[in-house]
Amino acid sequence: MNFEFSEEQQLLREQAQSFLADNCSTKRVRETFESESPYDRDLWQKVVDLGWTAASIPEKYQGLELSYLNLCVIAEELGRSLAPIPFSSSVYLATESLILFGTEEQKSYFLPRLASGEVIGCFASDEAQRASSLGGPKTTFSDGRISGEKIPVADGSIADFAIVLAKKGDLDSSAFIVDLNSPEVERIPVKSIDPSRDQAKLVFHEVPAEELGNKVSGNMILKAIYDRAAILFAWEQVGGSETALHMAKDYAMDRFAFGRPIASFQAIKHKLANMYVKNTLARSNCYYGAWAISTNSKEIATAAAAARLSSIQAFYFSSKENIQTHGGMGFTWEFDCQIPYRRARLLASNIGSEAIWQDKLISSIEETRAA
Amino acid sequence: MDFNDSHQEAKFREEVKAWLSDNVPSDPEMDGLDYLEKAKFWQKRKYDAGWACIRWPVEHGGRNASPIEQVIWNQEESRFDTPESIFVIGHGMCAPTMMAWASDEQKKRYLPKLASGEEVWCQLFSEPAGGSDLAALRTRAEKDGDDWVINGQKIWTSGAHYSDYGVLVVRTDPSAQKHQGLSYFFIDMKSAGIEIKPIKQISGGSNFNEVYFSNLRVPDSQRLGGIGQGWQVALTTLMNERAAIGGGGGGVNFDSVFELARKIDRNGRPAIEDSQVRAKLANWYVQESGLKFAGYRSMTALSKGEIPGPENSIGKLVGAPKQQDMASFALDLLEASGSIWDENFSDSSGLFQATFMASPGGRIAGGTDEIMANIIAERVLGMPQDMRADKGIPFTEIPAAHKS
Repeated sequence: MNFEFSEEQQLLREQAQSFLADNCSTKRVRETFESESPYDRDLWQKVVDLGWTAASIPEKYQGLELSYLNLCVIAEELGRSLAPIPFSSSVYLATESLILFGTEEQKSYFLPRLASGEVIGCFASDEAQRASSLGGPKTTFSDGRISGEKIPVADGSIADFAIVLAKKGDLDSSAFIVDLNSPEVERIPVKSIDPSRDQAKLVFHEVPAEELGNKVSGNMILKAIYDRAAILFAWEQVGGSETALHMAKDYAMDRFAFGRPIASFQAIKHKLANMYVKNTLARSNCYYGAWAISTNSKEIATAAAAARLSSIQAFYFSSKENIQTHGGMGFTWEFDCQIPYRRARLLASNIGSEAIWQDKLISSIEETRAA
Repeated sequence: MDFNDSHQEAKFREEVKAWLSDNVPSDPEMDGLDYLEKAKFWQKRKYDAGWACIRWPVEHGGRNASPIEQVIWNQEESRFDTPESIFVIGHGMCAPTMMAWASDEQKKRYLPKLASGEEVWCQLFSEPAGGSDLAALRTRAEKDGDDWVINGQKIWTSGAHYSDYGVLVVRTDPSAQKHQGLSYFFIDMKSAGIEIKPIKQISGGSNFNEVYFSNLRVPDSQRLGGIGQGWQVALTTLMNERAAIGGGGGGVNFDSVFELARKIDRNGRPAIEDSQVRAKLANWYVQESGLKFAGYRSMTALSKGEIPGPENSIGKLVGAPKQQDMASFALDLLEASGSIWDENFSDSSGLFQATFMASPGGRIAGGTDEIMANIIAERVLGMPQDMRADKGIPFTEIPAAHKS
C-alpha cells in the first residue's frame, strides 16, 4: 500500500506553499478582488515561470511531463491560497482538451505556447441556465464558422483561445478551437459572484473555428475533460476549505466572549470539528481521484465524482461556517471571510453542480456494477 | 501511488491467507457450540498456531508483528465467516494496560490466557453518574488490611456475565480533587460481592450489564499503578482502543441500500431512478469512500513504519450517524412496510429495522458523537478544553443533581 504523495511531490508542496505565501497572501487576493483587473497578472507570470502551466504537457511539446500527482499538489496549494488566476481554465480544461483530443498539428501549435504562458486557454461549454452536460449546445458550427453565445465562460475575458462546444449542423456536437482575438468574437465581461475570478459572455458572429481532434463527439470530450478536471477542481476546493477552517480556528482562539476564548465553547468546537470531518472525507476522496488520474484508471468516473462531490460539500460547509464563527465581523466587507465563501460558490458552479455530480456518481457505480 | 503490498507484506498476506483457509472452523466442527464456545474455540486455535494477538510480544502469547501486519491480518480474517469475537475489550484495552502497569509475574500469569481466549476480560469504568465525564465515578474502595473493600455500581459493562476478570476504576479518596482520588484494580469477576444484571436495550438485545459491588474484597496486589494514580492508568486503557482500520463494515451500508433502491418501486419505476434517492445515496457513498481512503492513508503510514495522522479519528463520528440515517432512509423506501419488524415479513429479514433500532447505541458507545467531536477539536485542531465547574475542588464538594 502506497497511498501517499512521493517525497519529490511533498517538496513541490513545500515550495508551492512558500512561494504562494510570498506572492498570494489574502491581502494580495483582495487587491484583484477589489480592482477592475480580471486576474493577478504578476502572479500568473510567476506561476508560468515556475513551470506550473507546463506540468502536465508532454516533453515533446516543451512541457515538463510531470505526474498528474504533481498537478494535484499544485491545485491544492492554489486552492489554499485562493489564487486569482485562470489556472483551472487554462490548465485543467483547455490544456487537457488538447492533450487528450488535439490533432498532432493542434498539439504542436498550442501546447508549447500554453506551457510557456504565451497563450491562455479557456473552456466554453455553458449556455446560460442550460447545464453543459444536459442536451446539446445551441451554438452551431457550419462551413468552418461558429455562431452562438456562451455564458458564463470562466476566464473568457482573459483567454486567447477557447475550446467551444457546438453543434455540427444536424449532427452530433463537437469541440472547436476559437481564437478569441478574432474580430467576430464579442467579449462581454460579466460580474462574478467571485470578483477575484473572471467570468465573461462570449458571442460568436460566424467566427472561423477549427474542430478539436478528429471527429470526436462533444459529449465524449465533455465527459472525459470534466472527469479529469473534477479531480483537479476538487483539490483546489479541499485547499480552499482548509483555509476556511484555519481562518475560523485562528479567529476563535483569539476572540473572547463571556470571559473566555470562543474556541472553548462546544458549539464552536463542534462546528470546527465538523469542518475537519468534511475536509478529511473530501481529502481522502481526492487521494482516490489523484490515484485515478495519475494511473489512467478505469475507475476515474467514480473517483472524480466522489472527489468532486465531497469537496463541493466540504468547501461550502467550511466557508459558510467560517463566516458564522466570525459573527458580525464575518459579514463585513473588510474581513476576508467572504473570499473563500465566494470562491466555494464559484468552484461549485463551474463544471457541473453538486446535483449533477451526485447523479454522475450513481450512474458510474451503476455502470461499473452492470459490467 | 499504488494499492499493492510491499514484497514483505505480500509474503505475510499469503502466509495469513493460507493459514486461514486451512484453519477457519467449519460448521461441523462448531456444531452444538454456543456463541461463547465458538469464539473461544476459534481464539484457542489461533493461539495454538501463533496467530492470536499477533502484535503482542512473543512471551505474552503474540508474535511481535508490526502494525501493518495486524491490518493485513484483520483484512484477511474479515473475508472469512469467523465466530464473533468476545475478546475485543480484553485484547484491545485490558491487555495493553496490564502490559504497561502489571508486575512481571502478573503478566506471565494473565496475558497468555487472555491471548488464548481461555480467560475473558471486561472493563468496569462507566457509572450511572459518570459516562462521558468518567472521572465523576463514585464507586468507593476502602483499605482494610491487605485488601480493599469495594462498594458501588458500574454500568454499560459489555460481557460482564461471561468474563473471568475485569479492570476497574474506583474512588479511593473522595476528599481529593476529582481526577486525583482514583485508583485502578483488576478483579476476579467470579468473586463474592459481585452481582451482574443485564440491561435490556431499545433494540431488544442485552449487550451490556449493570455490575453491583457489595463489600467486594480485592487484594492490594491487584492494584495497577499507585494509590491515587487511577486516572493515569485509565488513560492507558482508553488510548488503546482497537485499531479501527482494516476489516470491513457489514450491515446497512451503501451496497445494501443501493440494492434495495434498485429493487423497490417508487411511482412505478425503480426507486434508484429517483433523483432524490440518487442524491442521498451519492452523499453516503462519499462518506464511505472517504473513510475507506482515510484508512488507506493510515495504512500507508503504518507500512512505512510511521505513525498515522489523525485522519482515522473521524471514523465513528461519521460512521455511526450514517448507519442510523441510512437505515431510516431504507425504511422510507419500504413505505408502509418499513413499519413492520418481523423476520417473516420484513425485507432482508429485518436488517434495516434492526439497524434502525441498534444504531442509536453506536452513536453513544465508546464516546458519544459529542465527545468524539470534542476530541477532534481538542487533540487534532488544538482548541482549548471547555471551562470546568469542578476544577480544583475536592470531589465531595462538586455540585451534582443527587448523590447516592
